[in-house]
Amino acid sequence: MVSWADYNTKVVVLGVLALGTSCGFIGSFMLLRKRALMADTVSHSTLPGIAIAFLLMVAGGGDGKWLPGLLLGALISGLAGMGAVLAVQRWTRIKEDAALGIVLSVFFGVGVSLLGLIQKMSSGSAAGLESFIYGKTASMLTADALLIGAVGALSLVVCGALFKEFTLLCFDPDFATSQGLPVLLLDVILMSLVVGLTVIGLQAVGLILVIALLIIPPASARFWTDSLSVMAGLAALFGGVAGGAGALLSALAPKWPAGAVIVLANSLLFALSFTFGSARGLLVRWRDRRNLNRKIARQHLLRALYELAEENETDRVSWELVLEERSWSARVLRQEVERAKGLGLVLESDGKLQLTDAGMTRAARVVRNHRLWETYLITYADIAPSHVDRDADMVEHILDKAVIAELEALLQAEHHLPSPHPRGEGVTV
Amino acid sequence: MNWSGIDTQIAVTAMLSAIACAIPGAFLVLRRMSMMGDAISHAVLPGLAMAFLITHSRDSLTMFLGAALVGVLTAVFVEAIHRYGQVEESAAMGVVFTTLFALGLVLLVRGADHVDLDAGCVLYGAMELVPLDTVAMFGFDVPRAALKMGAVAIFNGLFVLLFFKELTVSTFDPALSDTLGISSRWMNLALMAVVAITAVAAFESVGSILVIAMLIVPAAIAHLLTQRLPSFLWVAIGSAALSAWLGHLGALAIPPLFGFEDTNTAGMMAVASGVLFLLAVLFGRKKG
Repeated sequence: MVSWADYNTKVVVLGVLALGTSCGFIGSFMLLRKRALMADTVSHSTLPGIAIAFLLMVAGGGDGKWLPGLLLGALISGLAGMGAVLAVQRWTRIKEDAALGIVLSVFFGVGVSLLGLIQKMSSGSAAGLESFIYGKTASMLTADALLIGAVGALSLVVCGALFKEFTLLCFDPDFATSQGLPVLLLDVILMSLVVGLTVIGLQAVGLILVIALLIIPPASARFWTDSLSVMAGLAALFGGVAGGAGALLSALAPKWPAGAVIVLANSLLFALSFTFGSARGLLVRWRDRRNLNRKIARQHLLRALYELAEENETDRVSWELVLEERSWSARVLRQEVERAKGLGLVLESDGKLQLTDAGMTRAARVVRNHRLWETYLITYADIAPSHVDRDADMVEHILDKAVIAELEALLQAEHHLPSPHPRGEGVTV
Repeated sequence: MNWSGIDTQIAVTAMLSAIACAIPGAFLVLRRMSMMGDAISHAVLPGLAMAFLITHSRDSLTMFLGAALVGVLTAVFVEAIHRYGQVEESAAMGVVFTTLFALGLVLLVRGADHVDLDAGCVLYGAMELVPLDTVAMFGFDVPRAALKMGAVAIFNGLFVLLFFKELTVSTFDPALSDTLGISSRWMNLALMAVVAITAVAAFESVGSILVIAMLIVPAAIAHLLTQRLPSFLWVAIGSAALSAWLGHLGALAIPPLFGFEDTNTAGMMAVASGVLFLLAVLFGRKKG
């Protein structure tokens, strides 16, 4: 039974935690730079470098398994893959998606071919190389964890130092160029950090799943905030927590593939953020939309009551008239009336509806905005009067106050402008 | 180098696989969804595992169904996350396929521990095993894998022929397509299902890496060389077949130069397609 007390478990958990933290942080910039899948291509294109480094070391008389050498090879070919993507995009008419796919598959093909050679070698010592593809989390050594920590810390420092530049790069590369920032160089630095993290992550979770550490935590963090610094911090936290928890879990249940468990821990956080995220989560957006729909429906009801009262020169409007005016079913109208009654805007008696004082004030404002817009659209936007009502309905909810003032004079001249306080001054809204 | 009848069998199987992939791949590249090929070919893993766990057989039909289902699900998930979560599409792809792949790995390791459905085989394929399983036809020993991939290639060809108009219009102008009553969304899902079926069929024999290469690279070559859709498809098919044949030739011919016997055919086929792409970049039309 492996337990937390076990030294090796501690090393693994801390190592993956550090990896998740730094990947989440750097990944945030990649995500906002719309380069999320670059990580996929880069991690696949490290394979030929690993194989070539192995072959060179064997040719030099070693056993080919010296880790720093393998990692250096991976780093060089990862950078070459990144360069190849940029070159294909720049000098051919191939689009980014295809460029990523071409480099990914061709580089990986080279790697697989070279591994094919290595497997046929008489020394037959190639067995370890495959761990780069699927990862061997459980057998992480202290040195590996320290390396992860060092590279992670380095990339955090670089990112911190260039935070302002990276922010500009992510949100407005054109402006960055005009400010004299070396955009290409910044891109290369950012992606080199990604390559570095990918390379050290290979051993921990394997090259296919290391991408998950770079993409999923930032994507989760995005649901909680609109600020880049908060997002990067949160992504680091998510990556660290999911990494640590995943590693711990798979240490306690050694028969579960660790890399996959770590990724699934990240996916779980993603699903939670997707649903509950406070900035863009599903529930928040659903609530906002519902509130907006209710507001629009309420304004429709108020306007209908006001205009019908105006037309028929009475305060009390029958239920049937309202149904005729709005294309609502009786059920929807009932629902809206109940809501408006709850807010103290509408009274109901003998099957007739009447606006309260507060309701009247609000209705007058809505009608006023609506008519202002109608006038605006007819006068300035050259829209046929028969088309105006629908448009006016939709835009009055977002009409700018400054525009209203300009249009009021026009309506005033036509004696078509509702008074803001139709039942006398002093009514609070 | 020693080219024998076995090598012809391998090369023909690989060429058929490459052609089968290049046909839907052409539309992936034109739709700027190349990486969806990569995503789907990783994401079908849980579909395979689940089909196996449920039926306890490697029966091709169940596998196809499982894979097609997960392929379509991948597309649906990506779209849902993109639309309802406002996550950029490529990032949504990354989230979905890594999650599904991880799920597939867990299912394989936990559920299908003792079967020959191993992850390494999915990655590289087992091209060398192709000639071991043959059927006698017209006096030749035809590998079963070649028959299967030939059938998939014909299926894909028919799909493109039958829905040529729909595929074309929904690829180049989704809005027009929708006004014409051709749902660009359903065409998209149908294409994803075809990609998934192709990927799964090709996995066993040629491995996922060759699938990705053959989905994308031949179409990219065609993109550099042609402008009209019919010739685009033919160039893609031709360069796919050529890459496959050159790849196997290369796997036998090149390693001896460095003192090795031979190497992985699937990998060399991807390399060959890369070389053809490079040639197309160097000698293709410069503008257009």
